[in-house]
Amino acid sequence: MTHGAVTLLLVILALTGCQREERDTRPQSALGSGEQPTPVTTLEPGGQRPSPADNKAASFEANAFHLSEGKRLFGWFNCSGCHANGGGGMGPALMDEKWLYGSSIESIHATIRDGRPKGMPSFHDKIPDDQIWELAAFVRSLSGNVPSSAAPQRNDDMMPHPSENRLPDAATLGKSP
Amino acid sequence: MSSADVTSERDLPPERATVTKGDLAPEQDGPRDSGMDDASLHRWLARTWRTPPGIVGALSSVDHKVIARRYLITAFVFLCLGGLNAVAMRIQLSGPQRGLIGPDLYNQLFTMHGVTMMFLFAVPIVQAAGIYLVPLMVGTRNIAFPRLNAFGYWIYVSGGAFVWISFLLNMAPDVGWFAYVPLSGPEFSPGKRADVWAQMITYTEVSSLALAVATIVTVFKQRAPGMSLDKIPLFVWALLVTSFVVVFAMPAVMITSTFLILDRLVGTHIFNPAEGGDALLFQHLFWFFGHPEVYIIFLPATGMVSSIIPAFARRPTFGHLGLVLSLIAVGFLSFGLWVHHMFATGLPKLGASFFTASSMLIAIPNGVQIFCWLATLWDGRPVIRTPLLFVFGFFFMFVIGGLTGVMLASVPLDLQVHDTYFVVAHFHYVLIGGSVFPLLGAAYFWFPKITGRMMSERLGRWHFGLAFIGFNAAFFPMHLVGLWGMPRRVYTYPAELGWGNINLFISTGAVLFFLSFVLFTFNLIHGALKGAPAGDNPWDAGTLEWATSSPPPSYNFRRIPVVTNVEPLWAEREALPVATGLRVDVRELLVSTVAEAYPDIREKSATPSIWPLLAAIAVGGTFLYSIFTPWAIVWGAVPIAVTLVGWFWPKGDPEDEQ
Amino acid sequence: MKRPALTGFAMACVLFLQGCAGWQSALDPKGPAANELAWLIWFFTALCALIWVLVMIALAAPLLMRPRAPSEPLVLNAGAEHRKLRVVLIAVAMTVSVVVGLTLLSFFANRTLAAIGSGAALTIRVTGHQWWWEVRYEDATPNRILTTANEIHIPAGEPVRLLLTSTDVIHSFWVPSLSGKLDLIPGRINVLDIKADKPGVYRGQCAEFCGAQHANMGTFIIAEPRARFDAWWNDQLRPARSPASGEAKTGEDLFLHRPCVMCHRIGGTPAGGTVAPDLTHIASRRTLAAGTLTMSRGNLAAWIADPQGVKPGAHMPVMELNGDELNAIVAYLEGLK
Repeated sequence: MTHGAVTLLLVILALTGCQREERDTRPQSALGSGEQPTPVTTLEPGGQRPSPADNKAASFEANAFHLSEGKRLFGWFNCSGCHANGGGGMGPALMDEKWLYGSSIESIHATIRDGRPKGMPSFHDKIPDDQIWELAAFVRSLSGNVPSSAAPQRNDDMMPHPSENRLPDAATLGKSP
Repeated sequence: MSSADVTSERDLPPERATVTKGDLAPEQDGPRDSGMDDASLHRWLARTWRTPPGIVGALSSVDHKVIARRYLITAFVFLCLGGLNAVAMRIQLSGPQRGLIGPDLYNQLFTMHGVTMMFLFAVPIVQAAGIYLVPLMVGTRNIAFPRLNAFGYWIYVSGGAFVWISFLLNMAPDVGWFAYVPLSGPEFSPGKRADVWAQMITYTEVSSLALAVATIVTVFKQRAPGMSLDKIPLFVWALLVTSFVVVFAMPAVMITSTFLILDRLVGTHIFNPAEGGDALLFQHLFWFFGHPEVYIIFLPATGMVSSIIPAFARRPTFGHLGLVLSLIAVGFLSFGLWVHHMFATGLPKLGASFFTASSMLIAIPNGVQIFCWLATLWDGRPVIRTPLLFVFGFFFMFVIGGLTGVMLASVPLDLQVHDTYFVVAHFHYVLIGGSVFPLLGAAYFWFPKITGRMMSERLGRWHFGLAFIGFNAAFFPMHLVGLWGMPRRVYTYPAELGWGNINLFISTGAVLFFLSFVLFTFNLIHGALKGAPAGDNPWDAGTLEWATSSPPPSYNFRRIPVVTNVEPLWAEREALPVATGLRVDVRELLVSTVAEAYPDIREKSATPSIWPLLAAIAVGGTFLYSIFTPWAIVWGAVPIAVTLVGWFWPKGDPEDEQ
Repeated sequence: MKRPALTGFAMACVLFLQGCAGWQSALDPKGPAANELAWLIWFFTALCALIWVLVMIALAAPLLMRPRAPSEPLVLNAGAEHRKLRVVLIAVAMTVSVVVGLTLLSFFANRTLAAIGSGAALTIRVTGHQWWWEVRYEDATPNRILTTANEIHIPAGEPVRLLLTSTDVIHSFWVPSLSGKLDLIPGRINVLDIKADKPGVYRGQCAEFCGAQHANMGTFIIAEPRARFDAWWNDQLRPARSPASGEAKTGEDLFLHRPCVMCHRIGGTPAGGTVAPDLTHIASRRTLAAGTLTMSRGNLAAWIADPQGVKPGAHMPVMELNGDELNAIVAYLEGLK
């Protein structure tokens, strides 16, 4: 009885722990993970674009390592040039509760990969698929959409806004307490 | 509290020895041990001091020997786990470019090795030896603050379990046992790995502090009548100095780890240079603890050496006063040389040279200790038994470690060998040669006292031989490979640098060394189950712990001994003089004065209680939760407060009501 | 107890001699700083060995004596105790003088080391990154400022000033044949002066644990005669030549349209990333990935095809390239001499 409970607890811990802490730097198959059907048009009736079945979302969304890699790439690839640390500028803000194309990681992934009308370029060839997933996961964390135990912490530089793990979660974001 | 109305045959100052009645009315006063015969005294004391039966009883034990035994066994388990880490690393390093272990796992392994050995093995085991032996050596019935002592053990176990379960969940810290920022900071250590390090450090050090406080008070206030400062055994002196070092050093690392988790969890900027913080601050704070830490591990080992040598040299230690002063000097100086771990950070040159001088200075008191021990041995061929063999091993290796330490103290020289395998060799010579070998010797020496049985002498000699050869084969070549340029903490190395053969040799030595511990474990178990009965004093040693039976009864001494010499059992061959007058129906201790150990008052010792365990669970839960959110401190305060209230709830004792 | 120790010592000596010829060894000094340090190491070692032998003799002495006469342990010979006290005091006095002597010695050695950099004409800024070295040659003329990676060319026989800093975590710059190590700390600049007596290639490695690939963060100092050094500098300033046609040309196009361009810079092309090593003259370097692989066509292909297999955890990602694309990019990079 007690043993069973302890084992169960350990298994649950293991599952949550592993998913958050896994540091997989190699895509599942070295080649061809990006070979997904490219949509013929970028015009979509708002909302979500039907995404090809891909179970990657889960392994990126709540993984601390991938989220922090996404944060690093967000800086390295100069996403801030348009999105200004998430506050928005030439491009839309990423740290508010408004989503033009939905808040799912799949649609953010599609946005980065294929671009969107009015300025968002396509990074299909420029960023390997796994890194797009990492970026997409990080973008979600900018508005409190990932568990705070996995969200990136502050950087060692001047801080324009509270670190992602200190943000209020999406449900309370933008509302006064 | 009642004033001491203790009588003794002799050596108590006359004004104290007169029987003065306590504050309590005689009808409230229970039976005393004064006129009782041995058999009924044993019955009374055994009933008063026993650990209650059953699981709950075992969990609420406050007997210092029970707690210390648990500590020793737990720390030994952690030693084996840390050793397995080391073997795994050595297999990976046995050849260039081996692919057995990747960098992610390797970094967790060497961090776990360091954390386990430093925080879960070395410090707890020397402190555990202290809480087992110090009350026996000073002739008292239990340690001071026995419930705090029990609490310390539970906290320590939960800290160890916390970090090892994290390891099994692939979320062990991977930033080194030193966890320098920025690498362990918020930006470069995603996930909870570094948080596990920070909180585990904070709470295992809580347990260390608890033990230190209990040890200090025991030594200062619970010594047997007559054990004035100059008659305190050297082991007890060593533990006393160590405990003071713990009290001043551990808060530094607790502050470091708390700052780190604040940076990571709350987003403070204590170590962030861009916002006015400083990454080097971490290193200063850490090494202000980290260097004394070495002496926390080493000083008790010198106490063990000082206990083993007189027993086999068949004479008291030469230069008792010199050894005591050296211990104190080392304790003080250990706080003045932390910067020699940071010579490569580009500190101002003159300041660095000052720390060269202070680091070299500590060689002098350590030299005094070595010379005094050698002088003790010079009276003729000592009785060579396994504990003494380990002490010889200690001399052989600790002197090497100490001398390479002198090399590391030199700023320019340090710049070549810092963070290389030379340093790895150096501190393993100091910590294994200087501390683990005396510990192994101590295990053979005091095993009969703890279990009542002897360990096998033949296996012991084999164990010594294997450990000695394995250790030197594993660690001596590391000096060389370090000078050839191999840095520490690398999970692999290129073939063209030519380090392959020597690393294979090192790995072979490491495996031998590990096997020696397998042999030791076998000898321990075999000794505990089948060993020859030991008797009270198998080595004919002179200190008080050998005056009682083996294993000691729950109340330690039937009557409190009176001490007339630093080696009381040698001075009083027929029978120890005793002091009587303590009640036997309640747990009563004799509290004595700090310097002269005059009997002062009779004081009750705490009874068994489950609350320390519950408080430790509450604290452990709070710390675990606090790696996820700072609110854990707020919510965790509630159960902690509840358990502490339960712990300190008045017992309705007339004494408490006064 | 003694014999295995002796055997071990003998084996260690053999291994020791074999290792002396290393190109990354503190015992194989090739510059004034390392010379001074090697001398210091030998001196300390000799003195320490002497002290150790004396202590061991003192420890072995009682083993050769007759057993102590069985008497009461507390009965001591007052005269013998007094003699012992004198011996111990002499030993302590010797310890004090050795300690003072070594302190002075290391103080003066430190002064000698500090004097090595006086008159350094060349300043190189070395920035540590996870897990490679950015090397920037400072010059008064802005268009002569040169950025390269992992390999540091210096003129032989001249002191060179290195300014060490880091953009991420703490690293430590250590080329044992030339000098002791010094940390690269974010938010600080440390100054290390080095000098190589003779032309040669000296290997170094990061010496402060810096994360997953700390083990593969090598560097090379290449000391050359002044004329060759100047020629090298001038050559490095030249932008990459665009290949006219063929596979290499395809490779260039791929480089500019694939993930490579996001991080790397190649002078003379639109590729201007600064977060990864500058590749303008990558084929002129000896190694790839900060000393992880030697430079060759095969290793280049291996590194690009599976960087996470070669250097797990490094920031170079696995990219989706087919065989032809890989070959083309390798052909292009191979031409960047």
